[in-house]
Amino acid sequence: MTSTNTEVGHEAGAKAPFPPFQTETFASQLLWLALTFGLFYYLMSKIALPRIASILEVRSDRIAQDLDEANRLKDESDAAMAAYEQELAEAKSRAHNIAQEARDKAKTELDGTRASVETDLANKIAEAETRIGAIKTKAMLEVDGIAEDTVSSIVGELFGGKVTKAEIAKAVSGVKG
Amino acid sequence: MEVEAAKAIGAGIACLGMGGVGIGLGNMFGNYLAGALRNPSAADGQFGRLIFGFAVTEALGIFSLLVALLLLFT
Amino acid sequence: MANDPIHQFNISKLLQLDVGGYDISFTNSSLFMVATVGVSAAFLIMTTSGRGLIPTRLQSISEMLYEFVAGLLRDSAGSEGMKFFPFVFSLFTFILVANLFGMFPYFFTVTSHIIVTAALAFSVIGLVVIYGFYKNGLGFLKLFVPSGVPGVLVPVVVLIEVISFLSRPISLSVRLFANVLAGHITLKVFAGFVVSLSSLGLGGIIGAALPLAFAVALTGLEFLVAFLQAYVFAILTCMYINDAIHPSH
Repeated sequence: MTSTNTEVGHEAGAKAPFPPFQTETFASQLLWLALTFGLFYYLMSKIALPRIASILEVRSDRIAQDLDEANRLKDESDAAMAAYEQELAEAKSRAHNIAQEARDKAKTELDGTRASVETDLANKIAEAETRIGAIKTKAMLEVDGIAEDTVSSIVGELFGGKVTKAEIAKAVSGVKG
Repeated sequence: MEVEAAKAIGAGIACLGMGGVGIGLGNMFGNYLAGALRNPSAADGQFGRLIFGFAVTEALGIFSLLVALLLLFT
Repeated sequence: MANDPIHQFNISKLLQLDVGGYDISFTNSSLFMVATVGVSAAFLIMTTSGRGLIPTRLQSISEMLYEFVAGLLRDSAGSEGMKFFPFVFSLFTFILVANLFGMFPYFFTVTSHIIVTAALAFSVIGLVVIYGFYKNGLGFLKLFVPSGVPGVLVPVVVLIEVISFLSRPISLSVRLFANVLAGHITLKVFAGFVVSLSSLGLGGIIGAALPLAFAVALTGLEFLVAFLQAYVFAILTCMYINDAIHPSH
């Protein structure tokens, strides 16, 4: 039964006032608060806060810088990729052109040789034909003579020379049509 | 001893003020919860305001408790 | 006397000093003010001395504190209010560390004395009034005349606004003081229940488990309150500073 709530109230009611309301301590508290809080404010505003601010600023700068660097490198690699692809396309088209040219050239050469060979052949054919024609006409002419000779000799053998040359030639050409 | 008795009675009456704060805090948290269930995505953003409102409202109850304590202990 | 719940708020002189009739002794309150400032300043300065690009654990605590208060001030007062950042940061850190120091057993709680919280609150309001008049001139008085009020109601509204402005430093200081004081007294009262119940014998010891559990739960609540009251003090300071910068609301 020494120290219940009400008993404390008892004692305190008769005794010293409530400490936060003891006005004689106010001067000391105010002075020391002003001193310590002033010192704290000074330390914060002059040393700690600028330092933390600079740390944070350096960090955000660094992050921004790194991001920029990364972006720049990405752009570079994109550009290199594009250049590579362009070169590849160019090389492809060039190779295509070269192949096309070679094919064209080969084709034209082939065409040229074929044409010359063909004209050659045509010439030779024409020559051969004219020669054959000449031989034929000559042979035809000779055929008439041979036929007349043969006819006159056969007629002479059969009838004994009563048929004139003109009659024989007339008969031969009538047979010939 | 009449003064002591009167002080004790006064302290008891002063504590009634905390009932009002209880109603207020219950109102606040209940409404916060109702709002949070309707729109859970917005709830996190308002938590700071809830705590702020809690502290400011609770201070009023503390005032009445303070009056009671001052009556009891001074 | 050991169970007296207000004994913990007694101020005892450690070093007697009298200047010009004023008693400015170095007391236990002064000792804990010095300790609060010393510990928090040493922590903030030493943890950031490495200026690490990648912060150490302690450095990131300092940075979190910085960014927390900076975000608080920027959200309520805008970038124009950032010139008061050292002041708000000092206030918040001082109150927070002083409150947390008070949570140690046998430690004195600086903020449990009305004169300390009142001095802090009046310095805030003084700053608001001086800066408000310095920046806006008489335009600062527009703070008391909300726009869009019908002419008949203006005197009433102005009266209410003036009273609410005058009550700001009082509510600001009493809120912090009363929370800390009431919390500590309640803790002590419940702890006293444990002691006086357990002196009653076995039944009392078993019954003492209830106030003990309460005391433990209250300790947790008091840590929350220690942080919250520093937060509330800081955010109200930010709002008042915003009033000084933009008086017409």
